[in-house]
Amino acid sequence: MTFNLQFLVFSVLKIVAVLAWVYFVLWALGRKPLWAKLVGIAVAFGVVQLALTKVGDFQVMNDFDRGLLFQACAMTMVALGLNLIYGFNGQFSLGQWGFYGLGAYAAADITYRWVNGDASGVFVAGLGVLLGGAMILGVGRLASGVFVAGLGVLLGGAMILGVGRLVKRYKGMPILSQFTLYLIGAVLAGFLAVVIGNPIARAFAGGFGTVAAPGILQSVPIQQAVFLLAVLIGGVFAAEISFLFGLPVLTLGSDYFGIATLGFSIVVQTLMVNTDTLLPFPEMKGGRGMIGIPKWTTWAWAFIFLMFAIIVMRNLIYSSTGRAIMSVREDETAGKAMGVDIAHYKLLSFVIGSLFAGLAGGIYAHYIGFLSPGTFDFIVGFNPLIIVVFGGLGSMTGTIAASFGWLFFLEGLLRVLLGQLGTEAPTWRYVLYPITLLLLMLLRPQGLLGNVEWGFLKRPIYPPRKDSPAATAAPPGGELQPAGE
Amino acid sequence: MRLFKLVSLIVLVALVLSACAAPTAAPAPAAKAEPTKAPAAAAPAATGGDLKVAVLAPLSGAVPTFGVMTRDGALLAIEEWNAKGGVNGKKIVPIVEDSQCTPDPAVNAANKVIDQDKVKFIVGEVCSKASIPISEIANAKKVIQISPTSTNTDVTVMKDGKVKDYIFRACFIDPFQGKVGAKFATENLKAKTAFLLLDQANDYVKGLSEEFEKAFTASGGKIVGKETYTAKDTDFSAILAKVAAAKPDVIYLPDYYNIVNLAAKQAKEKGITAPFLGGDGWDSADLDLKAAAGGYFTNHYSPDSTAPEAVAFMKAFKDKYKGATPDALAALAYDATNLLLNSIKTAGSDDTDKVKAAMEGISMPGVSGKITFDKQHNPIKAATILKVTPDKVVFDSVVNP
Amino acid sequence: MAQASISQKSSLAARRPGARFAWIGQGFLLLLALGVVYILVTSFLKDPMLFAQVVLSGLQLGFVYALIALGYTMVYGIVRLINFAHGDVFMVGAFVSYYAVARFQLHLWPQLVLKGLSPGAAVVIGSVTVMLLSMLVCMALAVVIERVAYKPLRDAPRIAALITAIGVSFFLEYYGALNFVFSPRFIPYQRPFEVVTFYVNNGIHQLQPGQAPPSGSLLFSNIFLIIMVASIGMQVVLQYLVRRTKIGKAMRASSVDKATARLMGINVDGIISFTFALGAAFAGLGGVLYAIAYPSINTLMGVLPGLKAFVAAVLGGIGSIPGAFVGALIMGQAEALTMGYISTPMRDAVAFTILILVLLVRPRGIFGEPEQEKA
Repeated sequence: MTFNLQFLVFSVLKIVAVLAWVYFVLWALGRKPLWAKLVGIAVAFGVVQLALTKVGDFQVMNDFDRGLLFQACAMTMVALGLNLIYGFNGQFSLGQWGFYGLGAYAAADITYRWVNGDASGVFVAGLGVLLGGAMILGVGRLASGVFVAGLGVLLGGAMILGVGRLVKRYKGMPILSQFTLYLIGAVLAGFLAVVIGNPIARAFAGGFGTVAAPGILQSVPIQQAVFLLAVLIGGVFAAEISFLFGLPVLTLGSDYFGIATLGFSIVVQTLMVNTDTLLPFPEMKGGRGMIGIPKWTTWAWAFIFLMFAIIVMRNLIYSSTGRAIMSVREDETAGKAMGVDIAHYKLLSFVIGSLFAGLAGGIYAHYIGFLSPGTFDFIVGFNPLIIVVFGGLGSMTGTIAASFGWLFFLEGLLRVLLGQLGTEAPTWRYVLYPITLLLLMLLRPQGLLGNVEWGFLKRPIYPPRKDSPAATAAPPGGELQPAGE
Repeated sequence: MRLFKLVSLIVLVALVLSACAAPTAAPAPAAKAEPTKAPAAAAPAATGGDLKVAVLAPLSGAVPTFGVMTRDGALLAIEEWNAKGGVNGKKIVPIVEDSQCTPDPAVNAANKVIDQDKVKFIVGEVCSKASIPISEIANAKKVIQISPTSTNTDVTVMKDGKVKDYIFRACFIDPFQGKVGAKFATENLKAKTAFLLLDQANDYVKGLSEEFEKAFTASGGKIVGKETYTAKDTDFSAILAKVAAAKPDVIYLPDYYNIVNLAAKQAKEKGITAPFLGGDGWDSADLDLKAAAGGYFTNHYSPDSTAPEAVAFMKAFKDKYKGATPDALAALAYDATNLLLNSIKTAGSDDTDKVKAAMEGISMPGVSGKITFDKQHNPIKAATILKVTPDKVVFDSVVNP
Repeated sequence: MAQASISQKSSLAARRPGARFAWIGQGFLLLLALGVVYILVTSFLKDPMLFAQVVLSGLQLGFVYALIALGYTMVYGIVRLINFAHGDVFMVGAFVSYYAVARFQLHLWPQLVLKGLSPGAAVVIGSVTVMLLSMLVCMALAVVIERVAYKPLRDAPRIAALITAIGVSFFLEYYGALNFVFSPRFIPYQRPFEVVTFYVNNGIHQLQPGQAPPSGSLLFSNIFLIIMVASIGMQVVLQYLVRRTKIGKAMRASSVDKATARLMGINVDGIISFTFALGAAFAGLGGVLYAIAYPSINTLMGVLPGLKAFVAAVLGGIGSIPGAFVGALIMGQAEALTMGYISTPMRDAVAFTILILVLLVRPRGIFGEPEQEKA
């Protein structure tokens, strides 16, 4: 094959275009009236949507780019979550990939069951997530009774209430037993969900129709709704698991926490390999991979979830909660002295970070349509970490730009370049990649963008309060160096 | 400090440069005699333009060796066709992509060759878990994919049992080899008891052992034990201790040679004398003959086979790749490419619908025997039993199930 | 704070006095432990020889992990860096010995040069030469890696060096997998000496090739003995080096406080390079022994043993040399017993669950020192 310069130029241009697009999105969202923001978002969405549309034989972004785009969206969410955990909160985590996998498998199982005429996925998993969430919220909050009663699940409510009271009474309890209580609660909640969810699901059986004549429940709007539910449930499921896991494990110091989370993602992967032998999910087919997941991810969904992650992240970081989260990174002792509940904020950022990963998993699963445990190998799990460090720890812009740039570089540019250099050259892809990694790291150890933020992600300007003239002089949020010893 | 930064940078830059220069200059065997290096437009034989064929192989990731062998086998076939003047007057241009034996890169690679390079024919992938997502894309876009070695039934068949029209495979589908193995064990080896070693996560291994178990128990044998391992294992001693305690007549281990090397060697050292029995995954120059000596495996062809295709292939491969001996993956990739190109020739055009029809009706003598496709696009081939001796692999017998 | 959550109470102090409900968590762990003990005891009673055999194979793994874990723990102790490339240095060690033996027949040199040597001694000298060569190459490689990838980043955030470590690891794996370097093949390893198996059944006998041992006998091989001796020997050497020699004192000083160590006239950069080289030497030796014990090598062979060894180092308390040894033995046993009595595919999950549980009970590992309060 001759060397086609055009392809190469295009793939370089694509990287530039994608980064420009990211810049545009962030610019459009920043410091403007609401209508301008909405128009900006609509334009950002529309431009890509248009590029993806096929006009006759012409298509600006073909399926290759489309795939990269979706992967980049999912990767951005995973990396943003990790940046929250590591960059902003200083907890060195290698378990993000495990939560990503959990979200992917949970969401995929729900839609898989749905298209096969089995509604139990939505109801069992949904109820489990709700009950588990109630469990977690209810135990902690004063309003537990109200919250749980509102659910109308009498038995579950009583149980959760009881456990909540119990925990509240003995506040001095050590962390491990508290964790055990949560675990028992979560298992019970899951059990209840199965007991309640399965009969509900059976009531829907008529709606599915047959393969030849699909019933009302297989119409597109309902499928889309189920898809949304599935992704959300997958995300919340990952978040709840991260809560249960984080509760005891977050007490460990930085590197030890990293190792424990690495262990977590390996345990999750091992469980994935054994879904059909040790776990009761024959449709996941263990190590051979789960096929037949409906490919429902559209650009609209990917964009919406990406925006969700970016906006939530930014608003969280520039709130008082965000400052508390960052204080944990800077100095736990000082933070504690200022009245910051260290454990609470560690857990909070860990759970939100995992939520992003779980949502991204759902998006990914419905884009690729096939899940194999090999995708969630711990070696691949270093990618989000690499992206976060590349972009600059504690820089949201950096993370977003780096994940788009990284994917379009490694899977786009390098592939196109090496594919044209002959038949031996593709072997060099994973030789050039680490060299690039090394070079970039040596040149810019603080990450590509360091602590630069674009548009929307810049620190908002608050009007100075009358009683504190120094309020505006506070240093910007992402400026401080990330955690070290 | 600063100086060191500089020096290290220079070293790295030099490495990058050497990296870019090496494929053209260095002794990389596959880089030599590269058909792709010649500008396509200048080749006189090609009158009707180019025919692009993509080769997707795991050149990085967990099993790069399988990928390199597959690529080399496929490229050899393409080169031979080009030497004969291409297919239908068109010069065949191979496009190699790294698919890493993982779904995401595989999908990216497939999308890239289909959408950007406008390829209509794909040879690959090796691993089922990469072939399945590729097959979904290829089938939807009417691109013919022929996987040399993916044994999972889901590669060629959709979830609802319908055959994917444009997807084929060149390897045995498992049940057959399992049956042959079991028959050989009971009749030729007179085995009464067998021990199964299998990797749950590998379809190939799992399929073979399930079929072996069925056929073996049906003919009166007894499975005295079953142990699972994973593809990354190196230490089999805990498992082998159990094998030794069970004292089976044969041990069925239908995995690739890398696993066989480790398991058989450790078994020898533990004084386990029962012969190992396996499938075509054993076929490799890297099979440790001393370790596996006394073992038998089912294969499509025999190294001392006199079939002209096999002899020619062995010789051509050794010539092209500096004495490297082809393994099963290279042979199957070679066959897969030949099947594809033959079908294109029969169809007389590169219209995938015509090629697909030609492929379904093909009957081609390949390295791995005479190949035809069944209704599910799996090849029908004969099987021979080979025996491993400390010096070489020799033909033992032909068993028909 | 507004969030009056329970996690206020669940804060960092894990062992709070006066905890009335501590028994729930402890009971949970105890139940788990009892379950494990039950499985082990019943399987021991069912077939003691099989059990002993499984334990032996675990020991063999554990001793190899111990050799690799030393490198992790020393490097971490001094520069607080998780050196992910260590597992690949281990791989290079195995490959160097492969080329030395299979290509250059280095292990045969005593027979050619020193005539009149007894065959046994010749084999020993030849094999030791091969091991030494591997160790030397690995040391050189580690020093180069340290100079190129880690040293320029010493003042950068710690994570930057971790990323370059991952980069170096990828580079070694896939550069090595190129055809003209090591090739990506699974290469059957050629041993510098033959493995001899012994069985214990009324005394120790040698197992002849092709002979099945009498039932109820315990098997072990000379490679097991060599690995054990090498592993324990290296522990002793290292302990001596760190505790008794001047350079060991300098290492300890650098690990406590680099700036002060520098003020005391210690060449900290030199010490760091020395530490890397020392760790790499052990990894190289480990690589050769591992390849001899499990004779199939490829460029990705270092990933998993490297990871396991690292986990072992953490388990024992990273930074502690005896800790690495004990942690490695525990890892080996956990793996072998899981393979033998639970389920092989669950092996990694069990090993890592043990790690997490141990960390929960002893947050700094078994031999780790408690974290110092920040100044």
